[in-house]
Amino acid sequence: MVALLVAAAAAVAFVVVFWSGGRRTQLEGALLALAFGGSGVGLVVWANHLIGGGEQSEDRTPLRATPEEIRELDAELGRGEVIARRVWLRRSAVAAGGALGIALVSPLRSLGPSPGKQLLHTAWGDGVRVVAEDGTPVAAADVPADGLVTVFPEGAVGAADAQAVLVRVDPSLLHLPRGRDSWAPGGLLAYSKVCTHAGCPVGLYQADSHELLCPCHQSSFDVLRGAVPVSGPAAWPLPQLPLVVGADGLLRVSGDFSEPVGPGWWKA
Amino acid sequence: MIIKRFLRWTDDRIGGTKFTRKALDKVFPDHWSFMLGEVALYCLMVLIATGVYLTFFFHASAQDVVYTGSYGPLRGQHMSEAYRSVVGLGFDVRAGLLIRQVHHWAALVFLGAIVLHLCRIYFTGAYRRPREINWFIGLALMLLAIANGFTGYSLPDDLLSGTGLRIAYSVLLSVPVIGTWMAYLAFGGEFPANDIISRLYVIHVLIVPALIVGLLSVHLAIVWRQKHTQFRGPDRTEDNVVGSRLWPTYAMRSIGLLLVVVAVLAALGGLVQLNPIWLYGPYQPASVSTAAQPDWYMGWLEGALRLFPSFRIHLFGYRVPEAILPAVVFPTLTFAILFAWPAVDRRLSGEVDGPDHHLLVRPRERPRRTALGVAVLTFYVVLFIGGGQDIISQKLHIALDTVTVLLRILLIVAPIAIGALAWRLCRDLAVEPPPGDGDPDDVGRDGGSDGAPDAQLGGSAARRSSTFSSASARSSSSDASSTAISESSAPDAVRNSSSSLRWIDDT
Repeated sequence: MVALLVAAAAAVAFVVVFWSGGRRTQLEGALLALAFGGSGVGLVVWANHLIGGGEQSEDRTPLRATPEEIRELDAELGRGEVIARRVWLRRSAVAAGGALGIALVSPLRSLGPSPGKQLLHTAWGDGVRVVAEDGTPVAAADVPADGLVTVFPEGAVGAADAQAVLVRVDPSLLHLPRGRDSWAPGGLLAYSKVCTHAGCPVGLYQADSHELLCPCHQSSFDVLRGAVPVSGPAAWPLPQLPLVVGADGLLRVSGDFSEPVGPGWWKA
Repeated sequence: MIIKRFLRWTDDRIGGTKFTRKALDKVFPDHWSFMLGEVALYCLMVLIATGVYLTFFFHASAQDVVYTGSYGPLRGQHMSEAYRSVVGLGFDVRAGLLIRQVHHWAALVFLGAIVLHLCRIYFTGAYRRPREINWFIGLALMLLAIANGFTGYSLPDDLLSGTGLRIAYSVLLSVPVIGTWMAYLAFGGEFPANDIISRLYVIHVLIVPALIVGLLSVHLAIVWRQKHTQFRGPDRTEDNVVGSRLWPTYAMRSIGLLLVVVAVLAALGGLVQLNPIWLYGPYQPASVSTAAQPDWYMGWLEGALRLFPSFRIHLFGYRVPEAILPAVVFPTLTFAILFAWPAVDRRLSGEVDGPDHHLLVRPRERPRRTALGVAVLTFYVVLFIGGGQDIISQKLHIALDTVTVLLRILLIVAPIAIGALAWRLCRDLAVEPPPGDGDPDDVGRDGGSDGAPDAQLGGSAARRSSTFSSASARSSSSDASSTAISESSAPDAVRNSSSSLRWIDDT
């Protein structure tokens, strides 16, 4: 009885607190808990100590049909044999049902565009300027020695697939893959920010070990060697952008990423 | 009085007095572990009630807006309409934050109760014939609950959940042949596209809940029809149910449990903050937060993604995406094995057409099954821990790679070690030959009228005797004292005396 009375009081208090306004999440939660908890404890105590009734026993009745009932059912089912007898009619019905099924799921096609070749390309291309997250062009001098700058192609700020990171390293340490000698003017490197493992942004840079780290599943990539994976579950390097420093000191690229960005699909 | 008149009124029109009378008389066995499923049911009720309230305030739209609400730090920021409405729910709707947190907590407890319920069913053998259908339905319900947890978690479109969606998109991409199509159709184009939030919303509030409620109704109807299992004990046989009547004892107690569950969820929702999305900020594809973990029930997949070693495989000339093994094949396998388990178990225990089981076994009575279950659970717990490997590395000041390698080793070693320990423990606990180690369920059958085929009985009796002899060989007590124990354990032993005697004959 005490528990039930406490519950009633708490419920009243909740209404008062709620109507008096303000956001008092803790108080409201505690009062609700008291109201429900008091009633619950009250009922359980009531059931266990005051009602009792002890242990009751009930027989399990078999659910299974008797052989005779099964025979009767089989007989009823047997009436359906006229359907099975007309083989070609039956097959036509199956064909109609199947075709109808396909017709009914085909509107699913409207849910999205065809993947086509969209996954292979980003907004980067020859001559596109590198801009920061606020859309302003990035100059080579803007990139701090040990820092990381998130950049986008001009005209596509915020594009999920085009996001890239800029880092600056000592050019003498570089061991870039063949053919990329000119991609890092002055030790500036631009890599896709989309992790090749599961697509999270590779948002952390450890300057002393020259590693980019993905905080989702802890893959790390060595920026000196073309962002090859060093540890963690990622297996493929981050695609690189061919950076160019223009005459005005602003950064541009001379083409799209070295590979399609992000985690793989079953591509040839 | 009113109730009586109402019942009379309905009976005049649709009948049902007989059913109601039988229903009120129905007996439910009492055991604390039978409440786990009930807790899940009551969490679902809370989820539906709070969820409906939340729909009144949530706007499932990806449209870009600028925040002007009452939470200062976000003012002037670009965000989706969905995110803005959830922030508003927390700051501008009375009791809105409370209801949202109760909803989220209820989802976490819902899945916790489901997993514990699954464990209870497994370790007590309650999935055995004739209850396989409910095992399948229960697993489907767990899958749906996980799906709805993930979709609900993703709706606020905050930085954390947006990152989760990005991973989900990558996982879809990794499916062979149709992966790119699946990802494009689900999201409405290349990530992030604009349709995913509104689609997840329909899935979260309509499609999956409808399936859950439908399947749950069947789940409960089958429990009702088959009657609940019970543990062995005085006067409990394969042919009866001993416990409390539905009315009033069981009903009162169960409603009491409902109220206590609501109370606990209200206390958690009011006092323990979770998922403070206003601190995470709106989702932007180029942003990410560190030490990001999903809700607990996704932890095993997160751990699998983190601990699975990197690999480069080409298959039929195609590059195999990394996500496919840990995030597609592994969970598929997990559920395939769970679904196949009753059949596998029948094969292992030689009960292909086996007898019906209404009496539960205690985990110790089935050392091998218990050990297997414990080992599998350990495996998933290690994966769950692996989902927070960066935090472990930070807190313990151990290099991240070392933690990863240690966890990979643990993933293989721990299940074997702890499984073996569980096996040993079961054997030691079960040394006293119970009223039925071996195959206690056959024991009840021996007394029952509709006996199983003789060959069956013979086979299980042989198995039983071998278990028994090995147990007594290890135990210090002699056969005589074992018999004494079995006889001292109350009326049960008397009823089973014939089978007890047969064991002794066998040995």
